[in-house]
This record gives sequence, C-alpha cells and structure tokens, in this order.
Amino acid sequence: MTKLTTLSEAIRQYVHDGDCVFAAGFTHLIPFAAGHEIIRQGRKNLVLARATPDLIYDQMVAAGCARKIIFSYIGNPGVGSLRIVRQEIEAGRLEWEEYSHFSMISRLQAGAAGLPFIPMNQTAATDLEKANPQYKRVVDPYSGREVIVVPPLNPDVAIVHVQRCDASGNAQIWGIIGEQKEAAFAARHVILTAEEIVDEEVIRSDPNRTVIPGFIVDAVCHVPYCAHPSYTQGYYDRDNPFYLAWDKISETPEAVKAYLDEWVYGVKDREEYWQKLGEETRKRLEVAPRISSPVNYGQY
Amino acid sequence: MNYSASELMTINSARLLRDHDVVFVGVGLPNLACNLAQRTHAPNLLMIYEAGVIGARPARLPLSIGDPTLVSGAAAVCSMYEIFTLYLQRGNVDVGFLGGAQIDQFGNINVTVIGDYNHPKVRLPGSGGSMEIAAWANRCYIMTPHQKRRFPARVDFRTSAGFLAGRAEREAAGVRGGGPQAVVTNLGIMEPDETGEMILTALHPGATVEEAQANTGWALKTAAHIRVTEPPTENELRILREELDPAGIYLKGGG
Repeated sequence: MTKLTTLSEAIRQYVHDGDCVFAAGFTHLIPFAAGHEIIRQGRKNLVLARATPDLIYDQMVAAGCARKIIFSYIGNPGVGSLRIVRQEIEAGRLEWEEYSHFSMISRLQAGAAGLPFIPMNQTAATDLEKANPQYKRVVDPYSGREVIVVPPLNPDVAIVHVQRCDASGNAQIWGIIGEQKEAAFAARHVILTAEEIVDEEVIRSDPNRTVIPGFIVDAVCHVPYCAHPSYTQGYYDRDNPFYLAWDKISETPEAVKAYLDEWVYGVKDREEYWQKLGEETRKRLEVAPRISSPVNYGQY
Repeated sequence: MNYSASELMTINSARLLRDHDVVFVGVGLPNLACNLAQRTHAPNLLMIYEAGVIGARPARLPLSIGDPTLVSGAAAVCSMYEIFTLYLQRGNVDVGFLGGAQIDQFGNINVTVIGDYNHPKVRLPGSGGSMEIAAWANRCYIMTPHQKRRFPARVDFRTSAGFLAGRAEREAAGVRGGGPQAVVTNLGIMEPDETGEMILTALHPGATVEEAQANTGWALKTAAHIRVTEPPTENELRILREELDPAGIYLKGGG
C-alpha cells in the first residue's frame, strides 16, 4: 500500500501542537526540511527530543515552536555553543530534561523494545542523576548491586530521513545509523523522508540493509536534500561552513529572524531551498562515488 | 623548533597511546593525537568513534563527530545503543579522551554548567558520551590548556567521574574503568598519586613548576622527580601539519 504523500501534508497530519517530536539522526541524516516545514506550519509547545539538538532544534526553538527540550549534548557539533537553546535555558524560558548520550539512547531503546525501563551500569558521576528525577536506581536481583534505570521514551512522532525506501516505507540506511531504528519503533507515528523512492524489488534485493519495515511507517515523503546542512552518506556532504555560519547568525535575534524569513518562511519547500542555495554550494557538497562490493543472497 | 600549545599537547597525548589500543576518539585534538600515534609508534591502534564507527580510517580531517569520512573505509558501523553497550559498557575500550570546562584536583570533569544547575550562569553542552567514557574506558586521558579557571579545586558539577574525593571512593563505586591516568596541558603532565590526587609529574621544555602552580586552582603537589618531556620531533610536527591538519583548523590555536 502506498503511503506516499507530501512533507507538508505529513506534518499537517502527524505533528500537532504539544506533541513530543523526535527528529532522528546523529550528525547524519538530520531531517532539516521537516523541521523547516514544522516552523512554516507554526506548531507550538512541542517537546523536542534528540541526543544532539543540533541546528535543527536551535532553529525550531528560535521560531517559537518548542516548550521543552530533551537532550544529552547541546553543542553546535564541531563548532561550539548551540546559542539559542543555551540562551533560552539560561534565561529560564525553555524547560529541559537532560541525560548522557547513553541514557538518552537507552530511553529510546526501552521505548522501542516495549520495556518499562532499561538498566545501565553505574558511572560514579551522580550529579545528573540527582538533577533529573527520571533517573532511578533499582537493585539487580541477581548480584544485589544497584543499577541505574531510565524509563522508555515514546515520542508522539518520529521523523526519520533515509537514503531510499519504497512506497510502503520499507527503508534502507547506510553510514552512521545512530538511533533511527529505535526512534521509529519507539514512536507512535513515523514520518519517513527519503532521498529516493525506489521500487520494492530494489529493497528486496538487499533485505539486510532495511532498517525500518514499512508496516510501522505512517507517511513516506520524497524529499531530496532533506538533510542539508547535515548530510546523506553517499549523496551529499555535510555543509561544515554553514555550521560555522550559524554560529555567527545565532549571535543576534535580528540575524536569526532574517535567516528564518529568507530560508524557511521565504521558500515553499525543500526543492526551492535547494535551488536557492546556488550552484556553488551544491557543487561544493557533491561527493564522489565509493561503491561497496555486492553480496550474494543466493537463489533458493 | 617552534610549535603551538595545541601541537605540544597533541604530540604528548599521542605518545601515551600504545600499539593495539582500542581508542574511543573525539573530534579536534584527540582525533589528531590518535591519527598521529597510528602513523608513528602505534600502527595497530583501533579507532572507535562515538557516532558508531569502528576501525575508522579518515581520509580527511573530520570536522564533526559524525563526519562521513569516518564511515567510508571503516571496518564496521553500529548503532549508538551498540557503541555504548557492546563496546564501552562491555569493557572493549582501552582508552578514552576527555576535555572539559573544569577539571578538579581528583580529575572529576564538568562539561555541564557553571553555577547552579537549575539557574545556570553558563550553560555548557553537557555530558554527551563523557559520563560513560570516564567510567568504563580502561584508561582516560584529559587534554586541556593549563589555566587556573579550568582547574578549580572542586568542579561546580561532576559530569564525569575522576577519583571523586579520592581513589577509594571511586573503587567503592565499583565502576570498571581505571579513571584518569594523565592530564596533558601546555605546561606539562599531571598524573594521579596513590590517593587519586592530580600531581605534577612532567614539564614540557622551558616550563616551570612555579608556572604550573600559579595556573592551578589547588595547591599543586609535585612528584619527587619531575620528568622533562622530549620536545616534539620534526617527524611528529610534519605529520600533524602536512598530513593531518594542513589548514591548521585545530592546531593553530592555544587549544
């Protein structure tokens, strides 16, 4: 069954004011186009969850979409501070719930696996555990020692960008696979964005590469270049200069507003955004092919 | 020979790595230190990146922890849950590199907040992977410029554990890793004594005990015999400058 729809329709249908949203991707495959569409549609009071909020949540917070942020590292990766999220937290205008990467990802793993909580070994660093009441301790019934536990995270909606999927949402990812699978299984609804929509036979030619099965997916959107300024392995490079540029832009509210006006509100969709980036940027982000050796599944 | 503070710290950190070490690598100077070690005395160093990449062979300087160059040509890629469980928690990581806004007398690190947690004066990025790396890697190395504000007697927030208030306390907590083994600065190297307190054990050529003490926020003890580190060699500097960071993105600064 085809689940193909437009990104704007998918956001309209599955992202509501007040929802907990998980835009997946650890540095790789961050669905910026979906973040921009949520901003354009004016969603409010969202709870934004991601290990690294990255520029996508900095922009969504700047646009007034968020009430709260759940995270484990609020930096501009490779650059420094994530200025807007940081300022809003320091000013007491944004609620936050903080984890280490491992406990954040463990919450998602518990959510994806249908578990009531998930245990982790102690780290001897107890300050965050004291600051965030979601961390608890339970006694391991086998050794009698305490382990740290966190509850499941089950977002209302996960947005996952992939290299390719078929019309029913069987999705394949390669490169850094972060927490995409866990986010999809943990969430109540899943929006897929894909660089390419391929024939089901392409997916079936390499089933081991399928990370998300179509039957848990609600909407499939064909959105080439969805991840820019993040990247899609094998399709285009990370726009590191833009991550540096955002450090400057996010220094003043005027520059942020001008950016959002021009690059989010001022464009209809990702296609227009990608064209607007210009030939020089598109050329700079091109990546030469490096093809893997095929594997033989056998004819049975 | 001229070299920057960053080059000095990177080279001295690289020398702490052993051949066949499995290293949990971060971007920036730790990445340079690991790649330098791999091209000099530790050709069998196995580099693991937090983003879930095992046996990376970056063809260019990675500018983020999830740079695509880490994946192309790597031995394996896994999920984040797997990197933290199968690799780190299970005890498959020999070395972790850490840095921080504050590092205290017992090697505890703060990358979370300056001031009160609920009403932060300065909100820092937070743990990322550092809480578990500090706990579970067999050995941890800390690389940071030697400045008084970075070395308070006590950190405002313990994001990751060094020796807590002393070696016995870390042992009582039962974490598997050996804790911080060295703090490499632009002046020298601090290492934990038998109580877990960081003491000055080595100076780089030209640096003095007084200088190190004046830039440390606690009464810095010194080892009975302070070693003087070998100056960076021409080969080490050439690899760093010509092969690893030709644009000087990480090497030009003071760290």
